Amino acid sequence: MTDLAGLGDGPLFGLPLPELWFGLVFAMLGTFLFLDGFDFGAGALFATREDDADRETILAAIGPFWDGNEVWLVVFGGALFAAFPAVYADLFSRHYLLMFGVLGALILRGLAPEMYEQRHDAAWQRWWGRAFVAGSVLAPFLLGAFVGNWVAGTPRSFTLVGVLTGLTTVALTVVSGTAFLRVKTRAALRAELRSYGERAIAAYLFAVVVTLFALAATGLRTAVLSPAVLALVAVSVLLAGGYVLALRRDRDLLALAASAGLTYGLTAVVALLLYPAIDPVSGLTVRSAIVSTLPLNLMSVGAALLLPLVATYFVVLYSAFSGPAEPAGGY
Amino acid sequence: MIDPVLASRLQFALTTIVHIIFPVMSMGLAPFLVYFTWKDIRGGEPVYEQLRRFWTKIFAISFVVGTVTGIVLEFEFGTNFAAFSTAAGELFGGPLAVEGMMAFMLEATFLGVFVFGRERVSDRLYMISALAVAVGTWLSAVWILIANSWMQMPRGYELATENGRTIVHLVDPVAAYLNPRFGFMYIHMQNAAVESVALFMAGVAAYYVFRHHVWGYQVRNVAFWETTLKIALVALLITAPLQVLHGDLYARHVFETQPQKFAAMEAVWETESYVPEYLVAVPTDLGDITDPRAKELFGIGIPGGASWLASGGDPSAEITGLNEFETEAPPVAIVFWAFRAMVGMGFWFILLGFWGGYRWLTGDLLEDDLLHKALMGSSLLGFVAVELGWIVTEVGRQPWVIQGVMKTHEGVSPGLTGTEAAITLAGFVLVYATLLGLYTYVVARIIRAGPPGRDDLRDHPKRREDEGQETSGAPAGVASDD
Repeated sequence: MTDLAGLGDGPLFGLPLPELWFGLVFAMLGTFLFLDGFDFGAGALFATREDDADRETILAAIGPFWDGNEVWLVVFGGALFAAFPAVYADLFSRHYLLMFGVLGALILRGLAPEMYEQRHDAAWQRWWGRAFVAGSVLAPFLLGAFVGNWVAGTPRSFTLVGVLTGLTTVALTVVSGTAFLRVKTRAALRAELRSYGERAIAAYLFAVVVTLFALAATGLRTAVLSPAVLALVAVSVLLAGGYVLALRRDRDLLALAASAGLTYGLTAVVALLLYPAIDPVSGLTVRSAIVSTLPLNLMSVGAALLLPLVATYFVVLYSAFSGPAEPAGGY
Repeated sequence: MIDPVLASRLQFALTTIVHIIFPVMSMGLAPFLVYFTWKDIRGGEPVYEQLRRFWTKIFAISFVVGTVTGIVLEFEFGTNFAAFSTAAGELFGGPLAVEGMMAFMLEATFLGVFVFGRERVSDRLYMISALAVAVGTWLSAVWILIANSWMQMPRGYELATENGRTIVHLVDPVAAYLNPRFGFMYIHMQNAAVESVALFMAGVAAYYVFRHHVWGYQVRNVAFWETTLKIALVALLITAPLQVLHGDLYARHVFETQPQKFAAMEAVWETESYVPEYLVAVPTDLGDITDPRAKELFGIGIPGGASWLASGGDPSAEITGLNEFETEAPPVAIVFWAFRAMVGMGFWFILLGFWGGYRWLTGDLLEDDLLHKALMGSSLLGFVAVELGWIVTEVGRQPWVIQGVMKTHEGVSPGLTGTEAAITLAGFVLVYATLLGLYTYVVARIIRAGPPGRDDLRDHPKRREDEGQETSGAPAGVASDD
């Protein structure tokens, strides 16, 4: 009845849209894990600070950004829902309690800084500070566990692979959190942060290797030992070296870029381990789970138009708040 | 253990009922904030900077809580309503994904600039961020309501069975997404948001004006509260009549497109003409208490009123009764009473608006203590009316989740156990009660602290020129500046 009907005849420009959307969904997950990851990492590092001014600086550093960063999780969920509805439904309902754990942690992380700033008495701030740390650590841990179970293709939510992936993710957020906070802080705090970054990157590499071994033991041996995955592991080791060097030479933005590389690298490993399947438990593949052609083409046009715009919003936001964070800003 | 279907439905009801408060607050505040920001940047009158800064604080906390409770809803389609998501993902997932990319991204990023960036960015970029946040919040509602309107009035689809699952295929996106229901819902919802916030502003301002002018207490920044009251009254005078007039058209549209819901709204069991519009209906037998139109009934009604409403002016019009539909009726009592309470409030808000407007004309807006009490008492009623409206919309669609296509119980995740569902339901009761408590606590603190004093305002270039001419509406002898 409309011109749009032609959109249902075949994939847009003959593009391999199922694979592109598979990649896009993981790119969105990676963007969330990097951007909100450094917020989570900052939240974990908050636990190491006793000093009021340091704590305020950490909250001020993530203040303008975290809400926008968290939207990448919404967009990841929306894209998975729209492009692979059955996968979205099967995965989320299978790991039911895990998903609500993630949501609970995100509520805690989002609410705690707002509450922390409300009152300036010690007990109040101690408890909301703890809540902030708990939310910031639990959110990546549980989300990591979800991804680990997804890749391992286990119907259970509480597994060894899940715990290992969760710990890997937490270590990674501390890696990027350190780099981000060093960009945003000056003087003593900035100097003290370095050692956390170095310990976190060591923990991350160790955790990745252990997790990959655990995945290989669950039957993903061939996938783990594939050249692409091994190459990504090698690149990660190089990036980790670059990260440490950058921290030591006070090139914090480079360190942040290296942690972005590590995060996208990890997400790429996850995608590679899955492909061509997208949900091993239900046996769905990228090609079998993809939504039909007409909505897929519509979505592709929408994403192609909107995602460049979204990128500009982030450029505006991050350039408006470049440089060190100032506590007590706003309104 | 509790039935997973019931638990999922209760949980979704609870999480939407709590969530909607926050978007209503942010969508309703958005146009006010754009106006305050514009006036502040252009004119430099101190009160507009106070207005901008004060209401931005409430906007910011509402937005944060709205974000974290909104993600819950998106995830629940997957966790609790997996069968619905699998079946309807093709039509339903797209609008949600576009909402994220087009609207939520816009508002959440520019929110950072708007809330934290006044000292860091140019006036122009600041104004742009205020607009971007406002447009973002209103665009969010577009996509959410496109998705919801399709569930009310599904069009542009085909049903197919694949691997034993019924799948809804999108065949005509224009029919599906440019749904006539969407227009009704969007106008009704956005106007309701502004109206609710106008009532909230008026109620809060009335409290301070009342303390000052009626009780004679010293109130800091009383001029600020007087201006807030007047701005809120203007908004109420515009939105309240529009809401009722448009609501009338909307009800007629529901009668034409969802007759079963309309019959539940009016509790019409048997098909009849000259159906009265019952204002109150009480069963004479306690056993029929859940049925507002039980056989033996004491009711006060306008003869032919419901028929008149359904047809747009014909009191003899026939209304199809609930007994004529093959499926069971929605929970009639809930829909019947929620509809009545909402409409009643709608008229009350018009009365409040005119009352305030009249007092303003006669020059004693600030002294009418009864009006102030009425405004204070009604400050949260806009939100209540929004909740009731959504209850009519969603409960009235039952037993369907997609009208005429899929029943709600068929949409629940097949693998979900009663234990899992009970754990999260109990968790949400606890967490959301705490969340609401904390939100109320923070908003109350913001209100008690009041706007920034005039000495704390920014150095506005225009203000320096006008130095010395500053006026405040406060009576002599009462400090309006602190």
